[in-house]
Amino acid sequence: MAADEKEPRKGAEPTEGADKKAPKDDAKSADKTESAAETTTKAATETATKAATETATEAATETAVEAAVEAAEQSPPPMLSVASSPHVRSNESTAKIMWTVFACLLPASVWSVYIFGMQAAIVLATCTGSAVVFEALVQYFTKDRTMVQDGSAALTGLLLGLTMPPGVSVTICLIGAFVAVVVAKAIFGGLGHNPFNPALTARVFLLIAFPGAMTKWPITLQAFAEKPVSLYGQATTWYSSFATNKTLSLPVTKTDSVMEALAGKVDVITGATPLAVAKEHWQRGTGEVLHYTDYFVGSMPGSLGEVSVLLLLLGAAVLLLKGYITWHIPVSFILGVVVMAGMTHLASPTRYMDPIFHLVTGGIIIGAFFMATDYVTSPTYPLGMVIFGFGCGLLTMVIRLWAGFPEGVSFAILIMNAVTPIIERYTRPKKYGLKPWAEPEASK
Amino acid sequence: MSVSFRGGIHPRYAKELSNDAAIERLPPPDEAIVHLSQHIGAPAVAVVKKKQEVKKGEVLGEAAGFVSVPVHAPISGKVTNIGLYPHPFGSLQEAVVIESDGKDEWTDLPKEVKPDSLDREEIKDRIRDAGIVGLGGAAFPTHVKLSPPPAKNIDTVLLNAAECEPYLTADDRLMQEEPDRVVSGFIALKKVLGAKDAVIAIEENKPEAIAAMEKAVAKAKGKAVRVVHMHVKYPQGGEKQLIDAVLGREVPTGGLPMDCGVVVQNVATCAAVDDAVRFAKPLISRVTTVTGEGVNGPVNVVGRVGTPVQTFIDAAGGFRGTPGRVILGGPMMGGAIHNTDIPVIKSTGGILVLTPEQVPSGEFDSCIRCGRCVRACPIHLCPNDMGNYSEVEMWEELEGLDVNDCIECGCCSYSCPANRPLVQFFRYAKLWIRQQQALAKAAESKDER
Ligand code: SF4
Ligand code: SF4
Repeated sequence: MAADEKEPRKGAEPTEGADKKAPKDDAKSADKTESAAETTTKAATETATKAATETATEAATETAVEAAVEAAEQSPPPMLSVASSPHVRSNESTAKIMWTVFACLLPASVWSVYIFGMQAAIVLATCTGSAVVFEALVQYFTKDRTMVQDGSAALTGLLLGLTMPPGVSVTICLIGAFVAVVVAKAIFGGLGHNPFNPALTARVFLLIAFPGAMTKWPITLQAFAEKPVSLYGQATTWYSSFATNKTLSLPVTKTDSVMEALAGKVDVITGATPLAVAKEHWQRGTGEVLHYTDYFVGSMPGSLGEVSVLLLLLGAAVLLLKGYITWHIPVSFILGVVVMAGMTHLASPTRYMDPIFHLVTGGIIIGAFFMATDYVTSPTYPLGMVIFGFGCGLLTMVIRLWAGFPEGVSFAILIMNAVTPIIERYTRPKKYGLKPWAEPEASK
Repeated sequence: MSVSFRGGIHPRYAKELSNDAAIERLPPPDEAIVHLSQHIGAPAVAVVKKKQEVKKGEVLGEAAGFVSVPVHAPISGKVTNIGLYPHPFGSLQEAVVIESDGKDEWTDLPKEVKPDSLDREEIKDRIRDAGIVGLGGAAFPTHVKLSPPPAKNIDTVLLNAAECEPYLTADDRLMQEEPDRVVSGFIALKKVLGAKDAVIAIEENKPEAIAAMEKAVAKAKGKAVRVVHMHVKYPQGGEKQLIDAVLGREVPTGGLPMDCGVVVQNVATCAAVDDAVRFAKPLISRVTTVTGEGVNGPVNVVGRVGTPVQTFIDAAGGFRGTPGRVILGGPMMGGAIHNTDIPVIKSTGGILVLTPEQVPSGEFDSCIRCGRCVRACPIHLCPNDMGNYSEVEMWEELEGLDVNDCIECGCCSYSCPANRPLVQFFRYAKLWIRQQQALAKAAESKDER
């Protein structure tokens, strides 16, 4: 019976159906069908005469012909379809899940466009659109049944776009999408078989290949200079911060005293990420001006997807409520960050920033809720998920605090992706039936 | 307060299609095809000959060994053939065909007795002689369950009234309409087992049944029977999940409920036990739900064993449009049949007709490792990895992942967004592993010789 159900799948993926072979195959199937329905024979013959490049249509016709032959061989046709139980399925599908996650990222995407303007829109659209096109091309050449409509390519593209700095060039976006969809996913066998998160693989590739372009931030941190709000006394409400958004939301490239002070070491325009600026700033002992609510609401600059923690959390809440992600990975990720940042901060408050700063800056929120939770590359058992998330959090902090890169989320998640198979192996749930039962003595 | 287990799913129950339909009686069929294999274990051995006249309730086949039960004539008439006929489980099996004489006459039955006047062995004999098997679907001979080895100490008997399979309402109706019969049969079983505790466990979506059973239990005072409410969740009525939910015990791997001191019985079985104990009536009919979006008027009917499935479907107003799939049992664990001339057997508690739109396409994709199946599995296995190993036929790894513990409940397949036919994979894997073990054994015994 297993063979029966596998049949349609096999029929639909003749990966070896290379251009040269195709016409011959079709002629063969046309011969076979002589005894079968005439219409299909015609269709097959017609296809055989068609240009060999139209492999996609040919594959479809081939399947139809095979089905017809099979049907003709089975006589009489069975009255009712028979298959293995269960006979009902939930209404979840891969496509539904992927598009929902996509939709949950839209508020933050729209906000990034509001903050950064058209350049952000171009980056997001290029990444998403080209990822879909690459996926369609892959599907065209491999004739895999997995459809571009399942939304996984669009989601990968959007996630990639959200990790980009605003204003990065279209070429870099295209290269990123290619790496994500073709190199990081299709080559490994497509959705479900890729060991590493495709969007993050592409981002890290770009970071290494184009370090300049990928760290160019058309921003200045107004908050650094003009907001004398103490780190611990940040009583400013969300509302008042929102009121100041209008000034903060402009992607102006303004130099101010702080930046000027830094300018000797760091080229503000093509230099460090906000995280790096802040890191340096803090270590120089002048860190009294950070304004958390701005990060939280999203009026602080960063990668496109890092700008609004609030809107990202909103999307994540929907995913949690729908059960598309579980709490395990995000919560343990954040816990890992808090533990590490907390310990270092307590040990040396002047040298290390406190946990809240780390949570609201950079990619921790999008990483914890949308990247680390990628089904394919994270563990599936609850205990494994917690270990995975906690590991991501710890590694992120290790990289942020002591490695050469200011941001560690991407690397941390990719490293944990690599150890996911090992985590899986050792965290399988305990099966039912191992609980000992002590027979009550007295009743005997 | 209600109890439950970890894992499971919440499918669409669709019980409202038939849970208001009072139980009706189907007229006896003109021809009954009575399979000699009505149960798990050795098929009964035919003791009638062609052309022999039989009365309703007469023995057609004797039990062949301990794990076997006799089979009785569901109608009076003439034996027209003994031969191979399609069986609900798929293959061709030996069956006795009876042509009705239209009289529907009972064979001689003894006078009614009070269950209290019989001792344990007498009750057990009556249950075996009546051909009673587990009517929840497994069709395991009931008297075998009632004969635990002396070393096993059975302290609890559970009445499985969860009826967690979607669509089915036969047990629900039976509890509402004949609660006293069910409770009386249950008490008889408790007596046979000498259990201290007797629990009737019902899912909360059957408030009328709960009320009826609580009333019946109150009437039978002094018998120490209690009613427990359970969460509505599939597979709440799986033996293992039921025991976990109600008693917090786990049936040891590879063991039976009796290995943790429990025997589980089904609602319809208890009703049949009552008939057998009081009237020595053999099991020749049962309540069956005929339902689904593919029939015009879902019903609950009492039908005779050996009646063709088509007769039941006609009783439910016939097919609505083209049937997509006809299933004996519920949608989660029932078996699809290819032809509606197949006769029902003792364990056929439901006939479900799905429309073509409701039938899953059978196409599936790669596992996206979403973990839904892992969270759904009530045995806490890892269906995702097991599915992937099955696809590449890595049987030893599958065995290592405890595929043999899978109860084939279908929760994993149900919840898979990639539509993976996980249960089917696992069935195939188990079969393969069994075959390999048999081959290995055969090779071993050859070596020894
Ligand atoms: S069918 Fe088997 S593997 Fe799947 S959920 Fe049920 S017990 Fe688990
Ligand atoms: S539910 Fe399906 S897709 Fe999800 S992990 Fe299980 S097998 Fe894979």
